[in-house]
Amino acid sequence: MSNDILARFNLYWPGFALDVNLTLPGRGVTALFGHSGSGKTTLLRCVAGLERAPGGYLAVGGDVWQDGGHFLPTYRRPLGYVFQEASLFPHLSARGNLEYGMKRVRGAMGRAALEHAVDLLGIGALLDRRPDQLSGGERQRVAIARALVLQPRLLLMDEPLAALDLKRKQEILPYLERLHDELDIPVLYVTHSPDEVAHLADHLVLMENGSARAAGPLGELMTRLDLPLARDEAAESIIETVVAGHDDNYKLSYLDFRGGRFAVGRLQRKIGKPARVRIHARDVSIALKEHRDSSIVNIIAARVQELVPLNDWQMVVRLGLGPEATVPLLARITRRSADMLELTPGKNVYAQVKSVVLAD
Amino acid sequence: MGFSDADLAAIWLTLRLAGVTTVLLLIIGTPIAWWLARTRSFWKGPIGAVVALPLVLPPTVLGFYLLLAMGPNGAIGQFTQWLGIGTLPFTFWGLVVASVFYSMPFVVQPIQNAVESLGERPLEAAATLRAGPWDTFFSVVLPLARPGFFTAAILGFAHTVGEFGVVLMIGGNIPGVTRVVSVQIYDHVEALEYAEAHWLAASMVIFSFLVLLALYTLNPAARRK
Repeated sequence: MSNDILARFNLYWPGFALDVNLTLPGRGVTALFGHSGSGKTTLLRCVAGLERAPGGYLAVGGDVWQDGGHFLPTYRRPLGYVFQEASLFPHLSARGNLEYGMKRVRGAMGRAALEHAVDLLGIGALLDRRPDQLSGGERQRVAIARALVLQPRLLLMDEPLAALDLKRKQEILPYLERLHDELDIPVLYVTHSPDEVAHLADHLVLMENGSARAAGPLGELMTRLDLPLARDEAAESIIETVVAGHDDNYKLSYLDFRGGRFAVGRLQRKIGKPARVRIHARDVSIALKEHRDSSIVNIIAARVQELVPLNDWQMVVRLGLGPEATVPLLARITRRSADMLELTPGKNVYAQVKSVVLAD
Repeated sequence: MGFSDADLAAIWLTLRLAGVTTVLLLIIGTPIAWWLARTRSFWKGPIGAVVALPLVLPPTVLGFYLLLAMGPNGAIGQFTQWLGIGTLPFTFWGLVVASVFYSMPFVVQPIQNAVESLGERPLEAAATLRAGPWDTFFSVVLPLARPGFFTAAILGFAHTVGEFGVVLMIGGNIPGVTRVVSVQIYDHVEALEYAEAHWLAASMVIFSFLVLLALYTLNPAARRK
């Protein structure tokens, strides 16, 4: 039995059309990413049943929620939804908001789920306050907990950080990362922030003008040269690694991945723990030899897979790291360098990575 | 001096009429207000205008048409005769029916405004928290729109207490059956019984003042600000 989410929606409004046919993975965080007006929120609302797309089809983990005349109303769908504005009920305390859904879900796990959600979002001290006595960030944490208490089979989040200022965002992001690590249900996460994608997403759906331009694993989509992400000024690669060891002499940590090993500043993280890193395309240069006479620490064998011009003086290169060249990494170099190094697809080179940043 | 038995009967009748009308209006007016607040239908304008008509029509016009409708040849009259309860004019229930129409906008509009200002979001949030439509109405809409319902009930009650023209057209002037306070005052004045008229009239002034005072001070919305 597949856990996947099958979603097919066609919706026509004046000046807007949604037209998607997607198979989304049944676990992990899938970011619906795109500009405002790209249809990502509408798609999420269709999945929730808050928007009705006649003739659509939706199945979640084998259960059909919408098909032809069959349309499961929102309140019968085992989902959790987090709105952009927390949308807590103002007449109930934080606890009352959490219990609102709990009381309406069948199954005896209620109390334990509530305590777990309170714990996960760190809102134990806020429970007796009313929504108007909470900060924006606190409200959003209560709203996320309120959705989790339902023990949903699918969690939908509509730009949960977009209404918050930078400081509040930084306050919530760690909690979302914890969710990412601890939840074993699929999450659909609408966002227009590349930063949130880098921190939270495992999969990506790139929305454009009401349709899905591309969908797939995050690391792959961010480095596809035919998509705008790789051509962006802030283009970057995401690589999943595992903490392999620490060097307490030089205060470094070693992160292993299928293509080799990165050295980064000492992490407070146990050996064997996963670590996600992001590497800006502009921080990667390419050499034909493995220079041992360089201050750059991270030099990794790579193979050129594809290169395209970015503008009249720069190229963006997709490298494959590792013996089978399976881990993609973007490099941005000048066109002159590309010519001088005679870079062509298939050529074996060395990627010199100037900066590796932890992203979780 | 004080209230005569006839005065007391009129007061009791008025309170009973206003109470029954208010309860009926809350039951009938809420779905109408709900629909008006949320529909995007073409009919929103026409239905809204019909509900608001009693605000601008002279009560005698409304009373006249209701009298025809409830009479033996009118639509309502045919229906009530078919039910075997005769015709409604000159009965207490005739007054109730007339009052429901007459006070409708005073109940519908505050509820409609409250529901409109609530917006879509709390209803959507409730749906994502597994609350069905009725559940949502009682657990979210009613508590959040309570000031609107409170205002609607008070205005509906007070407006029914103050009606005169419609009562006269529909109910006439039957002691204990259709003679409400406003009609009783009119009778006193006609009979030049100014002292008796004063007692009732002053009571109405005080009553109305107290009702509005309650509306402006007890209303949760007004208090919160």
